[in-house]
Amino acid sequence: MLFLNIIVAGLLTGAVYGLMALGLSVIFGVIRVVNFAHGEMMVLAMYGAYVANAATGLDPLLTLPLVTLALFLFGYALQRGLINRYIARPEHEQFLLLLAVATIITASLLMGFGPDARNVQLDYAYDSYQVGGVLLDKVRVLAAGGAVVGAAALWGFFRFTRTGKAIRACADNQVGAQVVGLDVKRLYAVTFGLGAACVGAAGCLMLLLVDVQPYIATDYTLLAFIIVILGGLGSMPGALLGGILVGVSEAVSGFVIEPSFKSAFSFALLILVLLVRPQGLLGRA
Amino acid sequence: MSGLSPRGAAALGLFLAAMLVLPLFANAYIVSVLVVVLFAAYFGQSWNIMTGFTGQLSLGHALYVGLGAYTAAALFVHWGLLPWVGMIAGMAVAAVAGGLIAALSFRFRVGGVYFALLTIAFSEFTRILFGHFKWVGATEGLFLPVSNLTHDDPLRLRGSPTMFYYLLLAMSLAVLGLSHLLLNRRIGYYWQAIRENEEAAASLGINVFRCKVLAMALSAALTAAGGGFLAFYDNNLYPDTAFAIGRSIEIITAPIIGGLGTLFGPILGAFLLTTLGETMTSLTSGLEIAGLKQWLYGAALLAIVALQPAGLWPWLRRLLRLEERRR
Repeated sequence: MLFLNIIVAGLLTGAVYGLMALGLSVIFGVIRVVNFAHGEMMVLAMYGAYVANAATGLDPLLTLPLVTLALFLFGYALQRGLINRYIARPEHEQFLLLLAVATIITASLLMGFGPDARNVQLDYAYDSYQVGGVLLDKVRVLAAGGAVVGAAALWGFFRFTRTGKAIRACADNQVGAQVVGLDVKRLYAVTFGLGAACVGAAGCLMLLLVDVQPYIATDYTLLAFIIVILGGLGSMPGALLGGILVGVSEAVSGFVIEPSFKSAFSFALLILVLLVRPQGLLGRA
Repeated sequence: MSGLSPRGAAALGLFLAAMLVLPLFANAYIVSVLVVVLFAAYFGQSWNIMTGFTGQLSLGHALYVGLGAYTAAALFVHWGLLPWVGMIAGMAVAAVAGGLIAALSFRFRVGGVYFALLTIAFSEFTRILFGHFKWVGATEGLFLPVSNLTHDDPLRLRGSPTMFYYLLLAMSLAVLGLSHLLLNRRIGYYWQAIRENEEAAASLGINVFRCKVLAMALSAALTAAGGGFLAFYDNNLYPDTAFAIGRSIEIITAPIIGGLGTLFGPILGAFLLTTLGETMTSLTSGLEIAGLKQWLYGAALLAIVALQPAGLWPWLRRLLRLEERRR
């Protein structure tokens, strides 16, 4: 039963991972830029939720819409002001650009908050539900629920709104989209904003589960890479599936082998998938 | 590849002469900074063969630094093998690892961004593996015995920073010469053809797969030699620093800033970035604000990529007319 508890905990954490990776996947799928500052943006959102909590005592779940909006605007401005000029440039220049952005974000957080770990105090932090013998942590259930709602909202946006459809058109055929008169630059900015909004929401949810400090950003960037490649870069359901796979594999390998091995297991999974099915589990060939 | 103009040749000669006599006038701090510069230049040049010449973005070159460092150090500690022998063994290990990674990736048609992320995955995986590798000290680290020698011993790589400086200078020059030689040989032209257009290169009968694997194996082996050297300079090794993703990023920043795929770009980039880092440290040391140094560093990177995205060397050589016009 302990084993089942661990799998379920990994599953729930994995949903939040999935939402975070969804942002990376959307950005790559449309703009074809790998966001090397993804983890840094995630940590930025976590600090946003932390500050809101420290100032007003509000639950990160309640300040989530505000932080998500703030990250959307940040992503929109970043794409509009900076990244748009590099979309046709070689990969290594994009890499350097986003590396610089990532460095500045981490350094700013370090200047503002120092290197110490921060967290939020929740009165329900140790509550749990009992479902048929399986123990569910309340924070994990809430975080996973939030992640599923966030992913569903994004899916609905792409499926049903005009802007969402226009963005999908850009992703399918950029030149065609320009020919029919779509403002591709603006749509790219919206897309990057949405990708940032995903990490905004995921960051708030993640703060329910873990402490935050500036230097964990690289780990989140790597985690997001692993997840989207497992699921298929650019595939939305793939990102969620990848997130859940990594969440479960981390939890299980941390328990069965030893905690320090949990990310090695994820990397091994990534190598295996890349070599056997490079387009990812749910990606198109 | 255009050659140096007379002005360029004179500038190169002047630069070399300056590098040769600098330690005679400089204090210990300057020499230690120059050693950092030369390490950055050496690693940058080795990486440049894979990414700059052949066009395959590797983001995991810390793997080869770590393999070279650990092989040389472990052979010395456990079996007393001379550092130079250990470095050759390390080069062989890294060449096999790099060739295997490249062969696996390219056989399965993993390219572009996916290849870059795969190189990170292998490097991180190895880092965690070495954290459990008891023979080389696992996470506790591997230490080289430090002896109080009164004279430099280049054979056993025990001695002053100045000795390391001159050896490293020779190694950097050797890689520079090798890069220049390779670029003007058949294989160099093949690599550049693959970089510019892989399909066109294949249609002309170039064995793209073999060329790319060869570039990776060579690049990895050269990187590993530098790694072995680094182990004997630092005298300690930890998996989390030897294979750090931060090191991979450091390795590639200098050549990109300097000018990817150019001969002198990695050297210029190494000088600029190290000087920049040291200047930031001394500027911010009195202020005691954590993060300020990194912030300024990030801002400088942003400024460079915004103003000269193709790197500073192509701009500098136009400005100073250091290279002959293309024939």
